[in-house]
Amino acid sequence: MQKKILIADDEPNIVISLEYLMRREGFEVAVATDGEAALQAMAARPPDLILLDIMLPKKDGFEVCQQIRANPDWQQVKVVMLTAKGRESEVAKGMALGADAYMTKPFSTRELVAQVKQLLALPR
Amino acid sequence: MMGRTHFIAALAGLYALLAGIIALPCLAVWADLEAGERDALAAMLAERAGLIAFLLLIAMAALGIIFDALYRRHVRLPFAMRERLEVVLGPNHVARLDETGPAGLRALAGAVNRLAEQRDALERDVAARVDEAKWRIEEERNRFATLIAELSQSIIVCNADGRILLYNNRARALFSSETDGGNIGAALVGLGRSIFGVLEHSLIAHGLEKIQQRLACGEARPIANFVTATPGGQLVRAQMAPVLQRERETADETDETDATIGGYVLILDDITRRVDLESQRDQLLQSLTEGARAALGNIRAAIENLSEFPDMEAPQRDRFIGIVREEAQAMSARLDRTVSQYSDALKVRWPLEEMAGTDLIQAAQRRVTQRTGLPAKTEELESGLWLKVDSFSLLQGISYLVARLQDEFNIREIRLRLLRSGRHAHVDIIWSGTVVSTETLAGWDLDPMSAAGESSPLTLREVIDRHDGELWFQREKLRHRAYFRILLPAAGAPPVPEPAPAAYGSRPEYYDFDLFQRTEASDALDQLPLAQLAYTVFDTETTGLEPSAGDEIIQIGAARIVNGRLLRGEVFEQLIDPRRPITAASVRVHGITQDMVVGQPTIERVLPRFHAFCQDTVLVAHNAAFDMRFLQLKENATGVAFRQPVLDTLLLSAVVHPNQDLHSLESIAERLGVALVGRHTALGDAIVTGEVLLKLIPLLAAQGIHTLRQAREASARTYYAKVGY
Repeated sequence: MQKKILIADDEPNIVISLEYLMRREGFEVAVATDGEAALQAMAARPPDLILLDIMLPKKDGFEVCQQIRANPDWQQVKVVMLTAKGRESEVAKGMALGADAYMTKPFSTRELVAQVKQLLALPR
Repeated sequence: MMGRTHFIAALAGLYALLAGIIALPCLAVWADLEAGERDALAAMLAERAGLIAFLLLIAMAALGIIFDALYRRHVRLPFAMRERLEVVLGPNHVARLDETGPAGLRALAGAVNRLAEQRDALERDVAARVDEAKWRIEEERNRFATLIAELSQSIIVCNADGRILLYNNRARALFSSETDGGNIGAALVGLGRSIFGVLEHSLIAHGLEKIQQRLACGEARPIANFVTATPGGQLVRAQMAPVLQRERETADETDETDATIGGYVLILDDITRRVDLESQRDQLLQSLTEGARAALGNIRAAIENLSEFPDMEAPQRDRFIGIVREEAQAMSARLDRTVSQYSDALKVRWPLEEMAGTDLIQAAQRRVTQRTGLPAKTEELESGLWLKVDSFSLLQGISYLVARLQDEFNIREIRLRLLRSGRHAHVDIIWSGTVVSTETLAGWDLDPMSAAGESSPLTLREVIDRHDGELWFQREKLRHRAYFRILLPAAGAPPVPEPAPAAYGSRPEYYDFDLFQRTEASDALDQLPLAQLAYTVFDTETTGLEPSAGDEIIQIGAARIVNGRLLRGEVFEQLIDPRRPITAASVRVHGITQDMVVGQPTIERVLPRFHAFCQDTVLVAHNAAFDMRFLQLKENATGVAFRQPVLDTLLLSAVVHPNQDLHSLESIAERLGVALVGRHTALGDAIVTGEVLLKLIPLLAAQGIHTLRQAREASARTYYAKVGY
């Protein structure tokens, strides 16, 4: 069965790449460009995994992650946080709020795919 | 006539004694005689009674004369000598005893005179030493005051109660806020004023507590640091060091633990700009790294997609390539922006100072000629060009270059040039004649700069790098000459330095360590000696003489007296817009015309400032009732009430010289020998009033008027006080 991935990022230049990449890897992809849209998209059609940027308009990635973890229906959703800030304290905060993995930009697409597949327990 | 009665009594005693001595054997003989013999003797004596009486009288007279001489010599003379000695001991130190009389007394007088000589010599010696010590202290004080004034940091010294004993101009400037003409803050920093007017009480208390803890732990030089904001909003870093005092008795034993904190030194640094720059730098760094991460992330994802999926359709491929191009361009622009902003921030990190470019060239000219003996001329010098330089190392670098040119190419003259080029300045060292190859010069900037009898561990390259500059060699073919060009970043013109306050006297008045002796405990001003009080002497100029008829203050001038010194550096002078016409009659008195007050602040703005200036002092004015009336009528409008005790020099003068008719400020000043300055300007009159007060204080003391209460009571009793406004 095709796994569903939600991409939450407000920068079109990364969204284009991620969307193309994930489709080519065989996932079903949805895109949200701010925090609230991300939560709405989650509610409409819960994905298996969300690629969540931290610096999102309206609601930031931390808040979105927190709300995901607060909702019992979404416990199975894997959260991969994406950030342009490489600060350790920020990584720690993301993990503490319930993220499953953390990718600091610039990341390798290959590693991202590997990470996603690992989290979704798919063969590499 | 004590001596005379004494003499007569003594003489009478002598006669009685002799009469007794003669009478006793006579009576014994008489008692032994038979009755017949007695009759015969009585008859014999009776016949010669006249002779006996005569002889007795002669004997008594002779005895009296001898006794008188002996009395003068042995009794009167020592007494006279004693009286004379009182004079020598007291009023007349040069008087001496007469060395007359009997030998013993003469010797005694001689010895006393020698003792007096010794005493005088000692006194002269002590006086000379005291003078010398005074002079030395004065000298040191002046040197110290100059030093303090030159420091780039703000310094304030306080006693344990927080009273300011010393400050420098920078400290004053630090606290003068831009918002109110700089007057409030400046007025709050002054001798004898409380530091708590400008810094939080709790902050100081906390600092002292920390210092005390460290002292208790045995730290020899404890200091406390804190950062705070001034009323004007600047960020200030303060370093607090205690002034330790030892009890006098234990002063000899250098036992550190006995020391108590008698006060503290605050060294204040305005770090507003530094903090701004630091946070600016942080922001730059952050925006650079974060921006770069995001952009790189976008590029990397696009590129990796392109290479991972070569089978991509053309429109998709173009989109990815477009992303890469766009992001790369954005990143280049961002990098440029950051570098130019960062170098601005970088410049302040080195201890570089702003220097006018022309000053640098002139200094270089002098130094080159001095070090190498070569004539140095100047060409175009761009004026108004400021550089941020460490002038010492840069000048060293320039003379090093010239010295090597001289040593290796034997040049005879150099020229210096200063040009502007965008955000940079060019300092050119030009020579002509000798052709020099570029290769020869390579490496000069990597050798330690030792030439012309000077050596530095630094290389020219290091110096140039430190200035964020560049150095190269260039030929000017047309004119057959060559030059070294030092490229330096140009700086903005530095802020105009604070002008020194108008110096009335030569001596700076920014400190008064005698205030260390003062304590807060004696709150009741009334009981304090007049000589110890802090005063604000002030004067007002007005539109007319009738405050109740709507006349207004148009000028206030005031100066402070602290510890018996009139502080001419801490003055208050302000014109005020009265919002009503100034009568021609009063213009003739003070010379302040309507034009001069237009645009000046109104009384509602000035009085609160004046009130702050007068804080904790006794108000003094000549004919104070007049000025106080004006101030009191404004209490409701301005919200400040002047509740300080008030002294009036007119009344005090009437106390001291009740038999003089004239008590105008001029007459008093003339009587007391005070020079009149700037008469009928508020500040001028205030200063004269202050001088007059200082002269009156000792005269009042001579009348037994020592405390403020006594002075006020005496004032109230004078005739003039009854003719009040």
